[in-house]
Amino acid sequence: MELSELYREVILTHATHPHHYGEIENPDKKAHGSNPLCGDSFDIEIKMDGDKISEISFIGAGCSISKASASMMTEMARGKTVKEFYDLLDKMEKLVRGELAEKDAEELGDLAALAGVSAFPVRVKCAILPWKTLKNAVEDDD
Amino acid sequence: MNSLAGCCKKDFSTLKVKIYGKRLVYLDSAATSLKPESVIESITDFYRNHNANIHRGVYLLSQEATQLYEKTRSKLKKFFNTPEEGEIIYTSGTTGAVNLVASSWGRTNLGEGDVIVLSEMEHHSNLVPWQIVAREKGAELAYIPVTDSGELDLEEYKRIFKNHSVKIVAVNHISNVLGTLNPVEEIVRQAHMYGALVLIDGAQSAPHIPVDISRMDPDFYTVSGHKMLGPTGTGFLYGRRGILKSMPPYQSGGDMIEEVSLENATWNELPYKFEAGTQNIAGFVGLGAAVDYLSRMGMDRVRKHGEELSVKAREKLSSIKGMKFYGPEKGSPGGVLSFNIEGAHPHDIGTILDSEGIAVRTGHHCAQPLMKRLSVPATARASFYIYNDEQDIESLYSGIHKAVEVLKLGVK
Ligand SMILES: Cc1ncc(COP(=O)(O)O)c(C=O)c1O
Repeated sequence: MELSELYREVILTHATHPHHYGEIENPDKKAHGSNPLCGDSFDIEIKMDGDKISEISFIGAGCSISKASASMMTEMARGKTVKEFYDLLDKMEKLVRGELAEKDAEELGDLAALAGVSAFPVRVKCAILPWKTLKNAVEDDD
Repeated sequence: MNSLAGCCKKDFSTLKVKIYGKRLVYLDSAATSLKPESVIESITDFYRNHNANIHRGVYLLSQEATQLYEKTRSKLKKFFNTPEEGEIIYTSGTTGAVNLVASSWGRTNLGEGDVIVLSEMEHHSNLVPWQIVAREKGAELAYIPVTDSGELDLEEYKRIFKNHSVKIVAVNHISNVLGTLNPVEEIVRQAHMYGALVLIDGAQSAPHIPVDISRMDPDFYTVSGHKMLGPTGTGFLYGRRGILKSMPPYQSGGDMIEEVSLENATWNELPYKFEAGTQNIAGFVGLGAAVDYLSRMGMDRVRKHGEELSVKAREKLSSIKGMKFYGPEKGSPGGVLSFNIEGAHPHDIGTILDSEGIAVRTGHHCAQPLMKRLSVPATARASFYIYNDEQDIESLYSGIHKAVEVLKLGVK
């Protein structure tokens, strides 16, 4: 098991200096996600511009994997249409399960650093939690 | 102090397992203990040589199986000094035992406005069953607060009785997170003064300290056999005879009846009224071997060993920058040490320790209200038992140093 594959520099940087950390004013949609086993818990808020995620923020507590994943997700998802986000989510899930082809991983930028998670099965849910939460936010309709 | 671990490490085959090629350092006995050879042997011997269902056969093999299964009950009676064997009801563990009481006793005895007293440091298994029955019967829950030093606030506890109609108090003997040994005798005395019953969750005390149920005098006491060297899926509920007798069956079916007609049934005597269906027979035979093992060792020695290791570990780890401990400073008779390192999530620490072969638990330890009280999402917990020694503390110490390095703590 290669710890340096899991705790890559980009991941630790995102975890300690997360992007879009906080709340946005008058969000259109939001969702709360938690992982009952490890106590990770995130709140994600978004603003929509038509079909596009125009603004996004998150707050919460979690391990460095989940926090880095949330931070990178906010970078990637901003400006994407819902459909594009779903495609990204699909790639992301494959990436952390070790099922994504290398050339597809290259398109993911920083996020590709999460590939190391696939060698740590119990940590896969940490990486996915923020994404599942954003999916719920996107589908939040009240 | 190494005499204890030194003499018994060899009895635990699991310790020979290599984790990523490294020596296993098992520091999660509070979740479940390792099993000595004698326990494993007794289970295979049962399946090989005595396998039959109990209480039903007129044939010799069934009688042997019944004897082996029942012998554990008499060992438990002696080990825990309960007044009678019939007051020991086999369950799957503490969860099974608390659910039995909450459901059977709770549904018949709780009503509108009655109060169930719990504490802020309860395991979910001594919390959720009470919440469910309270909601159902309109009863209320009151909580004994936990002080900043990780102890129960007894003044507040006593105050609850002044203006509430307390029916039952259910608290743990030793906290699985803080390691605190709670003053259960005093808790029992206070409750009995007001005619309330007391359930003591002994999941963490039974494996670690001498427990004299007759002296403690609770109305219920619960034990998880798998935390005291026994097989998983074993444990028991001690209950005072008069109370158990008045309680309706929890589960019904075979073995728990006296007579059944098409319309009606009458219940078997204690403890069988509460042991419906085919039981974990081999498991309880194994639990008997576990009791033998601990009896040979002597619970005074067991306690001293766990307590000393928790104190030494605390001393050793306290030099690590950003280290914060949760629980009494004087160490834990339950061999428990919970901690966090500033800037690191316990989950990351757990993964890095694992890469060194060190098994610790990270998370909320099934005690979310306590996490809230401590204002942390989670902690890391090392728990020590008879087969651990100072070398394990050294390994933990180096493992945490590695975590600090990998996570670049302090580099920020
Ligand atoms: C204090 C405490 N109570 C209850 C339990 C639940 O025990 P079991 O899982 O054996 O039912 C545990 C252990 O997980 C515990 O530590």
